[in-house]
Amino acid sequence: MSYPRKHLLAIEGLEPPHIADLLDLAESYALLNRSGKTQRDLLKGRTLINLFFEDSTRTRTSFELAGKRLGADVINMSVSTSSVNKGETLLDTASTLNAMHCDLLVVRHGQSGAPSLLSQKVDAAVINAGDGTHEHPTQALLDALTIRRHKGRLEGLVVAICGDIAHSRVARSNMHLLTTMGSRVRVVGPPTLIPAEAARLGVEVFHDMKAGLAGADVVMMLRLQRERMSGGLVPSAREFFRFYGLDAEKLAHAKPDSIVMHPGPMNRGVEIDSAIADHPTRSVIGEQVEMGVACRMAVLDVLARGLRRNV
Amino acid sequence: MMRDTLITNARLLDPASGLDAPGALLIRDGLIADCGAGLTAPEGAAVVDAGGACLAPGLIDLRANLGEPGAEHRETIASAAQAAAAGGITTICVLPDTDPALDDPALISFIARRGEATGSVTLLPYGAATSGCAGKELAEFGLLREAGAIAFTDGARAIASARSMRLALSYARAFGAFIMQHPEEPSLAAGGAATEGELATRLGLPGITPAAEAMMVARDIALARITGGHVHFAHISTAAALDLIRAAKAEGLAVTCDTAPPYFDLNETAIGDYRTYAKLSPPLRTEVDRQAVVAALVDGTIDAIASDHQPRDADDKRLPFAQAEAGGAGLATLLGVTLARVHAGDVPMLTALGLLTARPASLLNLPQGRLAKGAPADLVLFHPDRGWKVEAGKLPGKAQNSPFDGRALEGRVLGTWKAGRRVFGG
Repeated sequence: MSYPRKHLLAIEGLEPPHIADLLDLAESYALLNRSGKTQRDLLKGRTLINLFFEDSTRTRTSFELAGKRLGADVINMSVSTSSVNKGETLLDTASTLNAMHCDLLVVRHGQSGAPSLLSQKVDAAVINAGDGTHEHPTQALLDALTIRRHKGRLEGLVVAICGDIAHSRVARSNMHLLTTMGSRVRVVGPPTLIPAEAARLGVEVFHDMKAGLAGADVVMMLRLQRERMSGGLVPSAREFFRFYGLDAEKLAHAKPDSIVMHPGPMNRGVEIDSAIADHPTRSVIGEQVEMGVACRMAVLDVLARGLRRNV
Repeated sequence: MMRDTLITNARLLDPASGLDAPGALLIRDGLIADCGAGLTAPEGAAVVDAGGACLAPGLIDLRANLGEPGAEHRETIASAAQAAAAGGITTICVLPDTDPALDDPALISFIARRGEATGSVTLLPYGAATSGCAGKELAEFGLLREAGAIAFTDGARAIASARSMRLALSYARAFGAFIMQHPEEPSLAAGGAATEGELATRLGLPGITPAAEAMMVARDIALARITGGHVHFAHISTAAALDLIRAAKAEGLAVTCDTAPPYFDLNETAIGDYRTYAKLSPPLRTEVDRQAVVAALVDGTIDAIASDHQPRDADDKRLPFAQAEAGGAGLATLLGVTLARVHAGDVPMLTALGLLTARPASLLNLPQGRLAKGAPADLVLFHPDRGWKVEAGKLPGKAQNSPFDGRALEGRVLGTWKAGRRVFGG
């Protein structure tokens, strides 16, 4: 098992063997989870803290379950971001965590780079559970695992990531992971929601949904935040759905056996039609959640191996 | 009556006259009494052997924020004066976007007096261009000028309204002062933390398009043309803006500009893994823009190099990147980082020093900034090759937020004289 770092802060910079090993380990955890035979003492005596500066029931619960399945002591801390001095809270929290002898720290924060800043101040191994518009590495891992289970590989697949690319950490982590593993990645969205110089990240940019989906093996939808409408980046939800929402007509341009993914939570009728989201064979959205727990177990396992044994 | 001082065995560097030759300089009553080859010490004079080091006019810093009034926890005039003396700076033009803003004659004379009290640096305050630097009503240019304001600006805040800028440029003509603009279109820059582009996209940081600078420069050049006023652009950082300024100068308009060391020494990659000490306003640019700034230092498009000193403390900087305050400490490194371009062979020595002395002096009609008989004996003695390392935490003065933290520099200040009195070294 090769993993070169103390923390998991980003996918960018990881090499194909690191990613492949993490996915293999996650795959084995997925099988164990289904058979109900998880090793319950791997993280025994380890403290895992879920530190969430943004609400996220889904991701927090997934990490909580992953930690508990491996026998860690799991603590959830939600920190209000409404306090006046957010920065002080962040670094004060770091010293508090050091005093608690936390081993594994899962951080979700609204600011890009916040987990990186924390990792410089805490003794624990830090896992980025989403930072601003930067990265969400475990989401990319669970997406890749889900794709691999359905398609048998990542290399050579055409993956279309659609919607609000500019503000999406999920999109960034997926772009890095999938291009690293040899997929052909397209990003599809209106120009106002495509980040500057996106093509420099090794992806193809499309502004037309049908062209972007043509021949795709995987269609990955992203959540469109309501505030993008008020910010003037998109005129209205109905216009967005008309041109960039995934419905049967647009999906017909992708390969007949293509799969549909969404990191959740979904805005039905904005970026995705309910009939597609709930499609029995094309939608793998439920499986993404299942793979989320397995991937987080793999990440916790690998990072815990790099920690000093408790003194 | 001060004793005469003769500085001998020096390499005299005077950008105003083009002098670069071995010689000596005699200080009498706070003024330069003589300089050149073959000077001998008058009876009773103190003699300083420069050991062959460079002797140049004390540096004139065209733009710095010193923390006073209102942000004394970041820097005070006394602490900034220490940093300035260690950096060879003898005159600092002080920005008015303080708390309160320098929009009242009493505040202008307060700053000048606080400078005199240091005994080591002359402080020349800018007056606020608009009341409270809030961008609305014009400040009292005439009264502020009488009190000693050298020119008018809202500091780090762009004068956003074209109408306000037009009025300011027009009205300032009556008092012979320029308007200094922070050239950044605010509606495009709002919320931005880095230059828009590949790096900002990778880091997930809100970007500011570099066009925000050129756009404001283009607008204000048009306003200078219709008003006949003199516009000065602060910390120019992009090739596109420099091209506009070059063309405006060729047209004969009263347009000048400066830049600051980060924009010719660093590029955007310095923000690396969210390094907030390299978060500046305007943000660091691409390598192509950095090279354009270097070229404009050489071809004369840029009129001065300013320190752009913006003191920040740990609480301002130890934050996630987008939340951290922009700004870098620049007094102690102004000379060393400028000399790095000389050592690299990019900029001739006298051209570089001129941008720190004679050219800002002529922009402001100051008697300083030259090695000439009768000029104030504001001097810096430096060894051009002696190395040192910039280390945040060990810099002179209070502000430690240097974007050059960790950088090795060649060019060490050995001594600084203010009006004939040695205020650093020795």
